[in-house]
Amino acid sequence: MLGFLIQRLLQAAAVMVVISVLVFCGVFAIGNPIDVLISPDATQEIRLDTIRRYGFDQPLWRQYLNFANTLIHGDFGRSFVFNMPVLDLILSRLPATLELTLAAVIGATVLGVPLGMYAGYRPNAAGSRAIMGLSVLGFSVPTFWVGLLLIMFFAVELQWLPAGGRGDTVEVFGIQWSVLTWNGWSHLALPALTLSLFRMALMIRMARAGMREAMLSDYVRFARAQGLSDGKVIFGHVLKNISIPLVTIFGLELAATLAFAVVTETIFSWPGLGKLIIDSIQSLDRPVMVAYLMLVAFLFIMINFAVDVAYAALDPRVRSGHA
Amino acid sequence: MTAALDVRGLKTHFFTRGGVVKAVDGVDLSIQRGRVLGLVGESGSGKSVTGLSILGLIDLPGRIVEGSVRLDGQELVGLDRDAARRVRGRKIAMIFQDPMMTLNPVLRVGTQMSMALRAHEAISSDTVRQRSLAALGTVGLPAPEQCLAAYPHQLSGGMRQRVAIAIALLHSPSVIVADEPTTALDVSIQSQILQEMQRLCDQTGVALVWITHDLAVVSSLAHDIAVMYAGRIVESGPAEDVLAEPRHPYTRGLLDSVPGEAKPGEKLAQIPGSIPALIDLPPGCAFRARCGRADRACETMPEIVDLGGNRSARCVHPLEAA
Ligand SMILES: Nc1ncnc2c1ncn2[C@@H]1O[C@H](COP(=O)(O)OP(=O)(O)OP(=O)(O)O)[C@@H](O)[C@H]1O
Ligand code: SF4
Ligand SMILES: [Mg+2]
Repeated sequence: MLGFLIQRLLQAAAVMVVISVLVFCGVFAIGNPIDVLISPDATQEIRLDTIRRYGFDQPLWRQYLNFANTLIHGDFGRSFVFNMPVLDLILSRLPATLELTLAAVIGATVLGVPLGMYAGYRPNAAGSRAIMGLSVLGFSVPTFWVGLLLIMFFAVELQWLPAGGRGDTVEVFGIQWSVLTWNGWSHLALPALTLSLFRMALMIRMARAGMREAMLSDYVRFARAQGLSDGKVIFGHVLKNISIPLVTIFGLELAATLAFAVVTETIFSWPGLGKLIIDSIQSLDRPVMVAYLMLVAFLFIMINFAVDVAYAALDPRVRSGHA
Repeated sequence: MTAALDVRGLKTHFFTRGGVVKAVDGVDLSIQRGRVLGLVGESGSGKSVTGLSILGLIDLPGRIVEGSVRLDGQELVGLDRDAARRVRGRKIAMIFQDPMMTLNPVLRVGTQMSMALRAHEAISSDTVRQRSLAALGTVGLPAPEQCLAAYPHQLSGGMRQRVAIAIALLHSPSVIVADEPTTALDVSIQSQILQEMQRLCDQTGVALVWITHDLAVVSSLAHDIAVMYAGRIVESGPAEDVLAEPRHPYTRGLLDSVPGEAKPGEKLAQIPGSIPALIDLPPGCAFRARCGRADRACETMPEIVDLGGNRSARCVHPLEAA
């Protein structure tokens, strides 16, 4: 297990280096940040001075090395627009996105997996058809439309829930959390629901497919031949088997939602990372873009890593390197 | 003496979109305690469906439409779900072909045995452990303790099948239905397991229904034999007699296609044609299209003919006794 961990960590480090090069070059290719940094009517002198100060006159490879050097020291530079350290800026927005994402993905899993398992266990029941209808809906309806619909219905018509913003927060370890207040939850409900619909549809599909396949497998047949009740077959034998693919989907969805909650955050004016990145692209705020992309890559790698560990915990064949 | 297992007129049909598949269409079997019955036939003849029907494990779209299955005199057909469940694993057990697939890959052997035990008895962990170890010992596993802690993939194919047999034995059932349990194993391991099973039948009095398409296995293990074709038993009797002198043309054909019986270099006789689709079978003997003795009389379904000496065949023109 230790060897496995070290190997994975080295892999992760290598991937991060490659990503930093790609991200740096990619962002370098768009726009001219000088226009953001100084006013259009600045003198040529100020202009050249600024270019020199930020190192824009140096060749690409040297700029990258400078960037990498500060990066290693945990410094992502300062935002051109907010004029504050990028790291602080991102960390101040991260909890909001984290909260929204976790609420959406965990909610989707907690609801979607049991529904999907039932639909796989009784594929022909009326309830199962309704569940599958729901999942088709979740796949085919665009997220922004669901969001607007929910706002119109629950916020405008019924006035039960607020239409946007984050609501009251509580500070824990220097970070603002809205999941700790009732008001915060009421703000979280609609965007989380919007974001979770597609994920839930996916979880339903995966759980149902896994369940159907498992119910036809030999080990289930053998378990039933031993006189185990269906409940014991499902919760004693099947659940652990089908949770192996579900854990993968959970990890992928968590990462994808973290990175791409942009649309939902915009609709609900949720002050998270998504809004920050949209703003920074519009204003060509290079350091923010670079740091955001690096952070997303880092989160992807960490989540993948956690998935692999969960895999090994669930599947003994992976542990001993058989499969 | 009541038979350990007595199957009469069993019919299991699958109601599919394409039509009714009569996978089992009138099967009679009877087996006494401590005896081994070999159920043989080509692929698709309905052997597995027969075994699953006996345990009440047929799922929709399949259904037992007719017949009776008596276990130690108790009727199993028509039991409600829970009553049927309480019989399965306790009074009658089943093991399957692929020992790789029949054990749950993500659970330890001990966990699986514990679930099998507790399906029928509320017992302490200590008792679970003792009984599991005892069962593993009975089937000749060398290190029961290690085996209990192992995951299936850490055991060899032969060991896995022994574990499956041990699980089947946990509640000392009257009958075990074994569906080709050695087909996936090496020949040497196969014969070890066959010997083990023979010993178990002698010692514990369990009755064994051994499903196979391998006549060599049947001849070394079974006391009696039932030959199945297209959902029906076409010939049955004491194994030695049937194998030495088959009376049904299909049994003859099966025997002629066994390599062991032929002289080296001689061409193996194959039964021409293949087993018919079980949807919309035409009336009459299902073997008609492949049978050298077929004539007009075979166009109505032949009755089972008692041939004496505990033997019977479903044929209008049975082969003559020598
Ligand atoms: N769930 C099902 N739905 C429809 N038909 C089925 C179903 N299960 C089995 N059958 C049909 O029943 C027939 C008998 O199948 P069975 O598995 O009993 O054959 P078998 O004698 O065990 O063959 P093998 O030696 O290949 O295991 C086959 O024609 C099969 O197509
Ligand atoms: S009944 Fe007729 S067709 Fe069928 S096996 Fe006997 S002889 Fe052949
Ligand atoms: Mg079979």
